[in-house]
This record gives sequence, structure tokens and C-alpha cells, in this order.
Amino acid sequence: MSSVEPTLGWARWRRSWWYHAVFYAQTWRGSVVSSVLFPVFYLASLGIGVGHLVAHHHGLVEGQTYLRYIAPSLLATTTFQLGEGESLWPVLASVKWIRVYHAAAATPLEPRDILYGKLSWVVTRSFLTGVVYTAIIAAFGAVESWWGLTLPFIGALITLAFAAPLTAYAARVESDASFTMIYRFAFVPMFLFSATFYPISAYPGFLRPVVQLVPLYHGVALVRAAAFGQGSVLVQLTHVAVLGAIALAGVAWGRVTLRRRLVD
Amino acid sequence: MTAQGGARDIVLEARGLVKRFGAFEAVRGVDFAIARGECFGFLGPNGAGKTSTMRMISAVSRPTEGSLTIFGLDPRTHGPAIRGRIGVVPQDDSLELELSVRLNIEIYGRYFDLPRRVLRERADELLEFARLTERANSKVDDLSGGMKRRLTIARALVNRPDLLILDEPTTGLDPQARHLLWERLYRLKREGVTLIITTHYMDEAEQLCDRLVVMDNGTIVAEGAPRELIERHSSREVIELRFGTDTPEQIRVALATHAERVEVLPDRVLLYVEDGDVALRAVHGSGLTPVSSLVRRSSLEDVFLRLTGRTLVD
Ligand SMILES: Nc1ncnc2c1ncn2[C@@H]1O[C@H](COP(=O)(O)OP(=O)(O)OP(=O)(O)O)[C@@H](O)[C@H]1O
Ligand SMILES: [Mg+2]
Repeated sequence: MSSVEPTLGWARWRRSWWYHAVFYAQTWRGSVVSSVLFPVFYLASLGIGVGHLVAHHHGLVEGQTYLRYIAPSLLATTTFQLGEGESLWPVLASVKWIRVYHAAAATPLEPRDILYGKLSWVVTRSFLTGVVYTAIIAAFGAVESWWGLTLPFIGALITLAFAAPLTAYAARVESDASFTMIYRFAFVPMFLFSATFYPISAYPGFLRPVVQLVPLYHGVALVRAAAFGQGSVLVQLTHVAVLGAIALAGVAWGRVTLRRRLVD
Repeated sequence: MTAQGGARDIVLEARGLVKRFGAFEAVRGVDFAIARGECFGFLGPNGAGKTSTMRMISAVSRPTEGSLTIFGLDPRTHGPAIRGRIGVVPQDDSLELELSVRLNIEIYGRYFDLPRRVLRERADELLEFARLTERANSKVDDLSGGMKRRLTIARALVNRPDLLILDEPTTGLDPQARHLLWERLYRLKREGVTLIITTHYMDEAEQLCDRLVVMDNGTIVAEGAPRELIERHSSREVIELRFGTDTPEQIRVALATHAERVEVLPDRVLLYVEDGDVALRAVHGSGLTPVSSLVRRSSLEDVFLRLTGRTLVD
């Protein structure tokens, strides 16, 4: 049949990736500067300020100066923020307010292509951010192992583990009323309590399993292990599995919600 | 070519098409067939189910029930292939507001897998067509409503579609832009492009459409060529009368003796008659004193009013 599209279905999502890449290329102004300056300020203030107190009281955290101890977790929190920041409002805008996903759905793209294109772009961006951050973290002397080369990949996985389910969620709601609640009661506590600024051993024993239920905790644990080349590989694979499972479930859910939104 | 049925080259055929949103039935079993090169119209009041139907025949929204064939293919299994040959002008522009006019066309073209070089050429050509060449690098957000509409129409042509589906394309366009679009649509039609259009402008439907259907409440209440529908559902001429603030019932009764049918609208009364001048003289002769009067030929507007009990101007 001559009328059937030449391009295979699996490749279609790249056209949607291209849209997001172009969009970013046109609108990034300023975000790159802040994404380099922010981590430097962050490390300078927390690392040097709090680090001074830590050095005064105990000396080292798990064998590291405080600055070096918290430097890798910056990659985890940043890729987490990238994942959630690209998901809630931007997705709701695309399916409801400006409806650009509806426009895309009238072309050969299927809803899943639109989803894959979006997520693959967010992952691309996260990976590139991860490369820059790994260099910055290394510059602060906090990468001590060749495992550090996996940091950008870990960052990409963290981003996907948030972007996928949040995109799926945003594609099905009718208003952004719940988003602020999610920020206040999920993202902020997650940012603060995922053993981001101290080891999980700082929590009393009964709280540790609770912290382990928090997705970001697995990201923080992973980047730390990769940067310092510490911890058993098996444990790290568990963290990867948790994040991977969340990402996959998010993608599967997103296929359903985006399809409902665009074609039902 | 056979003598009956099947003689026309059918591009799109719908049978018993139903669209439900939850328990609500927006489209309640419609049938139609559209031939290649035809311009086919959908008329109907707000909420009639036009957009819901357009979205199904664009191979985007899935029919809840019924069968649909586009280019001889089933949209459920060949959606991407079908959509690759369709151009869609949605009712709401759904443009990327943060990006430039040109990029909006190019990105859309990428969705059809057009190579960059082709995209650049087509973008130039379409910008020219939409008279947006000067604004090529402006952010869409900064355009006027009519310019956005023109861009949406240009965007729909980027893949050189065989079938163009336009949902109220000229809403928001000034008369000049509207006539320019008509002219362009004629040209596309001559090239063999099939056009499907919904509109609230009766003159547009009469000018452009070879055939049309009138939809109301999710069903098709009439189908035919514009002139045919007017002959079937209206008289030859219409007198429009205005009586100051309101139209008392006794005037209505008095008028009824002069016309085949009387419609009382909030601002005017319509008399459906064979010969407008004769009937108007009779009205004046019977002592009625309208503030103003106008005799005109019947239009689709009258058909619409007859069939749905509503006027089209919102
Ligand atoms: N996604 C949806 N969910 C629920 N109801 C819907 C949805 N889309 C349309 N409807 C309902 O279906 C009915 C038909 O809507 P549709 O948009 O098809 O009408 P229309 O003829 O295009 O009207 P208009 O002239 O105002 O554009 C309306 O009552 C509308 O509220
Ligand atoms: Mg509509």
C-alpha cells in the first residue's frame, strides 16, 4: 500500500523530541546561567557554612568533609527538580490550555509518541545537566571513583522516575488545583528528608524504613555511592530497580492517561 | 463508473457514527459519505456535535460506535497513515505561543517527517499564503487573533493534504482574509483536495459547499446541496420586518395571513413568501406599520432556523 507511512512507528517519537528540543533551544535564556551558578552557590553556602559547624563538632561525615559529602546529592535534587518541573504545569498546559498536544495528535503521531518524545527530551536534558554537574562536583573534589562516570545516567533515571508518573498524572486532571498541594506536601518534604543533607543513619531506627519509601532517597543514595565508589553493587542495583520500576509504571500510566485525553 | 451508487470515488464514509463522553451522547449515529474533490459542510448550532464529528473523521478521536472508513482505511488500525494525508484546522488554534510563526509551521511539518529543506521551502510558501511573511519571526503570542487563525490554516497545509478538515476556519478573520481563504480553498478543490468544513457563516457554506448536512443535537436533520436545501425547506423569498421594541401577538396573527410561515425573533419578524414585493404591499395594505422592512431571497440561514428553531448568529 503506497499510502502507508514509510517511517516505522518506533521512530515517530523522535519528531516530538525535536519539538521539545527546539522549544528549549528557543526559550532557555538564563536557565543555563542559573543552572551553573545555582550549584556553585549551593555548595559554597551549605558546604562551607554548615561544613564549618560539622568540622567543629565531629570532623567528618562518613569519612568525608561535609562539603564533599553533600556535593553529589545536589545532582539528585537537581535532576528531581528537573523531572517535576517539566511535568505538572507544562503538561497540563499542553493538553488543556494551549492544547499543542492535541495539535500533534492530529498528525501521524500517536499519543504514545507524544509521551515518549516528551520524556526522552526531559531525559536528554537531565543527562546533559548531569554531565555539567558531575564536572562541578568533581571540581569540588567529591568524585572519588570511576563509578562517578555513571552519575549523568543516574541523574537521567531520577528525572524519568519523577517525570513519567507526574506527566501521567497531569495528563488526566482538569485543573492545577492539586499541583500546589503536591509541591507543599510531597516535593518539599521529599527534598528535605531524603537524607539529602545528612546520612540516613541520622534518623532514629524506626524512621529509616519510612525514608526508604521515599523515591528521592534512592536517587540520593545512588549518586552518593557512585561518587564515592562505596557500598555494595547489589544494594545500588536495588536503588536502580526501585527508580526503574517507578519510571516504567509512570510510562505505562502515561500511555493510558494521554491516550484518554487526546483520543477519547 | 457505474450508473448508481459507487460511481463516485468515496474518500470518507461514516455509518452510524456515535460519540459518547461518559453517559452523554454528543454524536448520535450519523451517516454520510464524502466524494473525492468535494467540499462538504457541517452546519449546526453550538453543541450540535460538529467538532466531535470532525475529531472522529480526522482519525484522532475514536468513535464509540459505528463504522468509519477514510481513504478506504480503518482509522483504528491505520491512524498514522490516514492522518499523514489529512490537514486539520482545529476550532481552537492550539499553536505554540512561545515560538515564532515560522517555527510553528516547521515543527508541525516535522511531525509529518518532512525533511528540513522541504520544510523551509513550504514554510516560506505558507507564510506567503497566510500573509505572515513579515511576521515570520514574531512570537505567536504577539499576533492578533485573526493572524493566529491564518497561521493555523497555513500549518494544516504543510503536508499537502488530500483531505482538509476545517472546523470554523474563518471565525475571527476579517472579510479580506476570509475571501482570500475562500479563493485558496477553491484552488485546493480544483487540485482535487477534498474539503470538509464547519462554519457559522451561511454565505460561506452557500459559496463553498457542494453538499452539506445540518446537525442538531448530535443528529443529522437534513442533507443536500445548498440550493436544494433552501428549495426544500424554505420559501423563495423572505421579508424581514422590525416593529420597534417588541412584536405583539396580534401582529403575529395578522402577519400569518400574508405568509406561508412566520418566525418571530427577538429583534425582527420573518415572513416566508413566494413573492416578497407582493406580500409586503399586502402587509402595508392591512394597516400594519413596521419600522423597517427588507425583502430578500431565502438563504441557508432560513433553512437552519426552520430545522433547528435557532438562528446561527450567537
Ligand atoms: N471531551 C468532552 N467531554 C465531555 N463532553 C464533551 C466533550 N467534547 C464535547 N462535549 C460535549 O458534546 C457536545 C457537542 O460538542 P461539540 O464541540 O461537538 O459541538 P459543536 O457542534 O462543535 O459546537 P460549537 O458550534 O459550539 O463549536 C457538547 O454538549 C459538548 O459539551
Ligand atoms: Mg465546534
